[in-house]
Amino acid sequence: MAESVSNITAQMPRAKLAGLLLFFLGPAVVIYTLFSIYPLVATMALSTYTSDPSGARYFVGLANFETLLRDALWSKPFWNALGNNLIFFAVHMCVQNPIGIALAGLLSLPGLRLKGFYRTVMFLPTMLSVVIVGFSWNLILSPLWGVAAGALKAVGLGSLFAPWLGLESSALVTLSLISVWQFVGIPMMLIYAALLNIPDELIDAARVDGLGQFRIFFHIKLPLVLPTISLVSVLTFVANFNAFDLIYSVKGALAGPNFATDILGTFFYRTFFGNQLQLGNPTMGAAVATVMFFIILLGLCLYLFLVQRRIRRYAF
Amino acid sequence: MTAEQRARSFSVHLVLIAYSLLAVGPILLVVMNSFKVRSAIFGSPLAPPDAATFSLVGYEKVFRSSHILTYYSNSLIVTLVSMALVLLFGAMAAWALTEYRFRGSTALALFLSIGIMVPIRLGSVAILNMMRSAGLNDTLTALILVYVAQGLPMSIFILSEFIQQIPRDLRDAARCDGVPETRIFFEVVAPLLRPAIATVAVFTIVPIWNDLWFPLILTSSDSTHTVTLGVQQFLGQYITDWNSVLAALSMAILPVVIIYVLLSRQLIAGLTSGAVK
Repeated sequence: MAESVSNITAQMPRAKLAGLLLFFLGPAVVIYTLFSIYPLVATMALSTYTSDPSGARYFVGLANFETLLRDALWSKPFWNALGNNLIFFAVHMCVQNPIGIALAGLLSLPGLRLKGFYRTVMFLPTMLSVVIVGFSWNLILSPLWGVAAGALKAVGLGSLFAPWLGLESSALVTLSLISVWQFVGIPMMLIYAALLNIPDELIDAARVDGLGQFRIFFHIKLPLVLPTISLVSVLTFVANFNAFDLIYSVKGALAGPNFATDILGTFFYRTFFGNQLQLGNPTMGAAVATVMFFIILLGLCLYLFLVQRRIRRYAF
Repeated sequence: MTAEQRARSFSVHLVLIAYSLLAVGPILLVVMNSFKVRSAIFGSPLAPPDAATFSLVGYEKVFRSSHILTYYSNSLIVTLVSMALVLLFGAMAAWALTEYRFRGSTALALFLSIGIMVPIRLGSVAILNMMRSAGLNDTLTALILVYVAQGLPMSIFILSEFIQQIPRDLRDAARCDGVPETRIFFEVVAPLLRPAIATVAVFTIVPIWNDLWFPLILTSSDSTHTVTLGVQQFLGQYITDWNSVLAALSMAILPVVIIYVLLSRQLIAGLTSGAVK
């Protein structure tokens, strides 16, 4: 921001300014460039090479991408992983965000007691490692332990129980819901913060006009927090298309049963490092990472150009 | 309060209590059963341990058959050193970007903010190659370098917002007295950043402590594993030994829960003050 720059620093001799910039910005820029930007660029560059068993590398242009998208051995698992990733994301958007909005709405009701306690407790799962969360749910849902089956039986729904994590038809949705359970705290908190920023006069005016809490929420509060909801959506998108830990810790690198829970993150890991079925392939791994990069970039661009530009910002 | 209002408030609390139970229930269940004998884990999973069922056998096994204390100290070293560097370098860069006018400052700020949205994990192939050729693979240094690079963009972003709020007169008064720029930053500005630093610290600590990916690809020996990776591998090996599995899970959960309960006020204040909007 130009206005905040002091006149004294603006008149500083050039050499002195250069020295200060080097001292203050140097460490951050060097570490960030070396270990964040350079690896991204180098990975993309590596995706245009192939290597033979001796380790020598040859430039092959876009051939790796053609293999990934066309060759039956590669394209089938790739499209499977991409499709599963879309389902994973869809479950988050359809379950996590509405629950987050609802909880934020309840927490921001005027005069609610114990809200600090509820907030703290509901955000707790978000703080834990995905590995821990995945394993805990794996035990709870396991037919061996019988906690989930017993709980369902207690409410008269015992016949509904199935080993959800083990079935091809339900494993992916179950894992998505476990992830939703863990991360619902993020939309809840961000939307709660946005709701608190709405000025009281606006709500009071609506109440004077005779609107109930329900209509105030849907007609006044919700439209005002739409920018936050779309920000939450893009955060969810980036996190989902980069997810790995949960599937890996519950299902292993093979993302079973029969790759039913394979998403791009686990597919990337298998391609890069290999597993019982295949050898690791760094150049194909780089190609998968590059495709993931462009998918995330596409999502971010769609958000910036289609959503962000149309959002009206309200200044209070 | 009218009867109708009371009924409404009651139903709101009912929903919130139900969801709170859903949020902590699974965690409580795991921790509670880790203190029980095997027969009680299976026989009455929902009952808390009592004199007859209390047992620490799972914890004994975890301590005997894994390097859990090494994992803990590795995680502590990596998390604390990364956090300190993210805060120091992040605050210095945020100061330079907001305080000095120079050509390309906007471009540099944009360049630094790429990392907020683009996950560094996608550069893993090249990171592994670099660490190998630098002789850094299987060291904690490799993890620290990656985590500092990962944490800097967000920390620069949040700290820049805070530095802009510090009154300009404060810095210029010091400048008129001839105080050098570095002292102005470290002795005048840095102490004022304390509330922001707590927020950035929590945002930095949690993803580093919980990360599985980089320890998985960058460390290969037991002596460099972190808690998350160590527990993950332990659970994989001992999947049928329920006492050990529940104990290992609890040992990974408890430190985070303790830190969270101590810092939750700060974290929630940071989240709700709009630091990440």
